Amino acid sequence: MDWQAMWLSVKLSSVTVLLLIPLALIVGRALAYRQFKGKSWVEALIMVPLVLPPTVVGYYLLVGMGNQSWLGQWVEQLTGQQLVFHFSGLVIASILVNIPFAVQPIQRAFETIPKDVRDAAACCGMSRFTLFFKVELPMVWPGVLTALVLCFSHVLGEFGVVLMLGGNIAGETKTISIAIYDSVQAFDFDGAGTMSLVLLLFAISALALTTSLSRRLGGHLGHSSR
Amino acid sequence: MVTQVADLKCDFSQLSPIPLEAHFHCKAGEMLAVVGPSGGGKTTLLRMIAGLSRPQSGKVTYGDHVWFDSQQKIHQTPQQRHIGYVPQHFGLFPHLTAMQNVMAGLDHVPKSQRKQRALAWLERVNLDGLPDRLPAHLSGGQRQRVALARALAREPSVLLLDEPFSAVDRETRERLYIELARLKSQLAIPVIMVTHDIHEAQLLADRMILISQGQMLQQGRPFEVMSHPRNEAVARQMGLRNIFDATVVSQEEGREMTWLTFGHNQIATENAPKMSVGQQIRWVIPNQGIRFNAITSGRLCKSINKLDVEIESLLVMGEMVRVIARIAGVEQVINADIPLHLCHKLALQQGQKTTLALKSDQIHILQA
Repeated sequence: MDWQAMWLSVKLSSVTVLLLIPLALIVGRALAYRQFKGKSWVEALIMVPLVLPPTVVGYYLLVGMGNQSWLGQWVEQLTGQQLVFHFSGLVIASILVNIPFAVQPIQRAFETIPKDVRDAAACCGMSRFTLFFKVELPMVWPGVLTALVLCFSHVLGEFGVVLMLGGNIAGETKTISIAIYDSVQAFDFDGAGTMSLVLLLFAISALALTTSLSRRLGGHLGHSSR
Repeated sequence: MVTQVADLKCDFSQLSPIPLEAHFHCKAGEMLAVVGPSGGGKTTLLRMIAGLSRPQSGKVTYGDHVWFDSQQKIHQTPQQRHIGYVPQHFGLFPHLTAMQNVMAGLDHVPKSQRKQRALAWLERVNLDGLPDRLPAHLSGGQRQRVALARALAREPSVLLLDEPFSAVDRETRERLYIELARLKSQLAIPVIMVTHDIHEAQLLADRMILISQGQMLQQGRPFEVMSHPRNEAVARQMGLRNIFDATVVSQEEGREMTWLTFGHNQIATENAPKMSVGQQIRWVIPNQGIRFNAITSGRLCKSINKLDVEIESLLVMGEMVRVIARIAGVEQVINADIPLHLCHKLALQQGQKTTLALKSDQIHILQA
């Protein structure tokens, strides 16, 4: 069991989720309520990581964030660090790859809030800020939870993009999935088996927890306002 | 916050996204019903008054306050208008208890007083004992009352009700009618209620406007609109089915009685507008203007406006019977809803020939 890789994966998942969920709340809400030109294109673009092979996504990110790219050069000038083969590059890649997993459930959750409820809130004198924090956020919570679990689990198990962009640097870019691959390559089936089991148990527990919490939250949100 | 009550005046005009043309006012203490078929623009109208949507052009004033003016580019938000709004499905916040829902509308009250005020309003709408229930654990009628308490607790400038009884069962609806009628007498603000049910408007409203396909067809007291529809479109919207052709025979100016030829029948109507002899007109009569007489039981009809009819069908609908009768000399049928007991008393039967009388003050001539 490669504890260093495990810790790195958990760290990567946590940082990704922490940065991605607030972003997804803004984007998901805007997509749910706003009508604008090119909306379907934006929605399609958000879904792209779902259908592209991870290696293709990894390739474009490698090219886009590498030393030859303006982004890579700019970041290196600014921080003295490269984005590729570095933890920060993995975070950016994880955020980009997981946008659909975060935005979709949150957008759907916002869409389920009845118009009546939002109208009533405005007529109760609530500002947009109060409406968001007092009414919308408690109502979209099951969607946020689903997005959180999906993204966390997905980042934890991400392989293709991480390998393309981060390589296999212990303590920096070697995540648990890479470690499992490494163990199998080295015929360490016991190590690979243990780490796979940990990921399997985590996946089952996370999904069970999400389902149960969503049901409980959904139960009391109910169809009360319909 | 609103310190004094005032009248609401609305002028709306737009072609898209849905065409709407409406000009009306609602006095303080008055309940105005906006009546019309679904999709006719009623809810849009209410949302425009609330400030939830913006008309292409028009003006909304509340006393001296201008809420909306397309020319001066004034558009106050719902928050600024300080209105009470009960949406069709109540719009309760599902994660908040009944009391918290009411408290959510009390932003104008100091925090320390909100709970007490919310409880008082729940008690006023007969919901004391249920302040800690979530909306999911309340019945339809109870939810409606929470929404009403939340709207009224704001001490709003105007109360807007969107189909307030459509999502509750019949029994609850009957109870809520009484409660709203009671509350209405205590309120000194303009109340606007959207409904597709003319019966609700007649029961609760002081005045009504009839809207169809975005056009305001008529406004007035519900009884007046019902008995004096302006034209055939209004009559049909009001559910009046007895609309016929006739020719003007004579008009007595002194008695204000107008005589019409209807088939081979001569009928008289009161308070008709000035018309010329020989003019072709359309006329309507509401249900309450039709009286059945049973010749078979020996009752002779003494009134004018007698029509010989043959009963085509009798359809029992609960306590009422829908009678469809063919009028002699006219290839048309007349519809009437009469109480079941009266139908038995008059021994009305299918195929029976009898006479009915039309009340002359109920015959209304429609504008072309």
